[in-house]
Amino acid sequence: MKDATPEQAMDLSQLEKPVLELEAQIRAMEMDPSQSKEREKLEKKLEKLKAELFTNLTDWQRAQLARHPKRPYTLDYLERICERFEELHGDRRFGDDAAIVAGMGWIEGNPVMVIGQQKGRDTKQKILRNFGMPKPEGYRKALRLMKLAEKFQRPVLCLIDTPGAYPGVDAEERGQAEAIARNLLEMAKLEVPVVAVVLGEGGSGGALALGVADRVLMMENAIYSVISPEGCASILWKDASQAPKAAAALKLTAPHLLELGIIDGIVKEPLGGAHSNFDAAAAALKEAVVEAFSELSELSAEQLVEERYQKFARMGSVG
Amino acid sequence: MSWFVKKRQQKTAVEEKTVRVPEGLWIKCEACKELIYRKELVNTHNVCPKCGYHFRIGVEERLENLMDEGWTTLFSELRSGDPLGFVSTKSYKDQLKKLEQAGETEDAVVVVEGTLSGQPVVTAVMNFDFLAASMGSVVGEKLRLGAERALEKQCPYLIVSCSGGARMQEGTLSLMQMAKVSAALAKLDKAGLPYLSILTDPTTGGVSASYAMLGDLNIAEPKALIGFAGPRVIEQTIKQSLPEGFQRSEFLQTHGMVDKVVTRDHLKDFIAACLAWMTPSPRD
Repeated sequence: MKDATPEQAMDLSQLEKPVLELEAQIRAMEMDPSQSKEREKLEKKLEKLKAELFTNLTDWQRAQLARHPKRPYTLDYLERICERFEELHGDRRFGDDAAIVAGMGWIEGNPVMVIGQQKGRDTKQKILRNFGMPKPEGYRKALRLMKLAEKFQRPVLCLIDTPGAYPGVDAEERGQAEAIARNLLEMAKLEVPVVAVVLGEGGSGGALALGVADRVLMMENAIYSVISPEGCASILWKDASQAPKAAAALKLTAPHLLELGIIDGIVKEPLGGAHSNFDAAAAALKEAVVEAFSELSELSAEQLVEERYQKFARMGSVG
Repeated sequence: MSWFVKKRQQKTAVEEKTVRVPEGLWIKCEACKELIYRKELVNTHNVCPKCGYHFRIGVEERLENLMDEGWTTLFSELRSGDPLGFVSTKSYKDQLKKLEQAGETEDAVVVVEGTLSGQPVVTAVMNFDFLAASMGSVVGEKLRLGAERALEKQCPYLIVSCSGGARMQEGTLSLMQMAKVSAALAKLDKAGLPYLSILTDPTTGGVSASYAMLGDLNIAEPKALIGFAGPRVIEQTIKQSLPEGFQRSEFLQTHGMVDKVVTRDHLKDFIAACLAWMTPSPRD
């Protein structure tokens, strides 16, 4: 990554500030038709400003966008890309993890099993969703429903958005590691098309447990990493405030990961980030997902499994 | 103190009056104790309009609720034997005879074939009025044959469960029905056919520990009692009182055993959607 200029090194909140101010100004004018010309001018200015600010984001700024509190979450996307969605619950073992939502969806009339990590918007929701950090029962629910999809020859769509699998006593007691590991093994064997999209945060093993897919896509401002920038900074720099440096070093943004062959495509977000326009972000996601599934529908079950194997077999750097 | 006595008498009179509501016109909700006009219940699929309590319903009502018109009843000819010559306070043989004379000729389950929102299905509905829908040889055999029929027709299989558990009067043979029906469901599973289990109040014992929990989807009506051991047995064993909502549908959903709690008025639509999702459409 190129060295950040002072302006680019700004925190996202500072970066976004002039945009938000301008947007507020425009909104205030909407009521008054006499100011329509002035408003148009400001709107143009806003577009230009966004283009300037958001086309050269640093990796750290992208990481902040990926975790933006207003960013669309799985259910925001689902209500926009599915004509109908019927949520199903439980792992048939221990519990129903609200950090993962899953169920039968229909996308352009096609039945799809949709599984996604869900973060909460307000405090109550955040607690209910455990901040998007699944426990073993969440991963086991996901696996159960993937197997159900396989039984009925339905493709699987995984939406990834998690800081990581939940680090807690109860999660360890029930085998967090086993649950993640089992998903990796079973997803490698699934005889139906699997598409995974990192929506926001792809937090390590907790993300990969839904990520062994035929096509792995990332939203433009998503991140996918073995560790959080803060975690990496505090371990290797002994200083969590070095997170911006760690973010750049880890190469955790979509363009880097595409180059490294870890992901297969990037879904373009509206200028200003997905949170600036949920509908546009969802429309782009839907288009990418439909395209991926239609390509994969040409392949036989054996081809799918073999190509998925080959794809992950290629990953790694060996001298 | 005469005024005190008088008041008490008045109170009893009021209570008696509520008890003596003419049968068939009004019904008292078991949950909220409100009086409901019986005709109103017909429109609400026997769900209390005040609190949403789901009354237990009979086999005919259940089939009318779920199936399209014009289903065919299967395997009605099966009759239970008395393999153990079982006698408790009454003889099992006499009990069966009396039930037969009372017109109960289907044992504790009715199996039909027909369509649900246009999709061919085989549907089994258990009948709580017949020895608490306990599972004896006839129940097991009918359910097995129902699975075979679905296999033959290559169509989905639905079982609407409610049961007190295994039929003690048939001893270990009754226990084996759990294995028999599960084995038949394994065949359906292998053939890639959908099996939906619909759990209604109450589904306990050996039925819960076999086919009721084995659905590709387990769908429960609200607040149905679902569990292996009955709540009284558990309380007596652990010598603790049980938490509110224990072993109810919502509890089971939270604990991962039930895919979805669905109200009776949405049940048919939900099942139809599930079957559409699972069954190959002409386009596939």
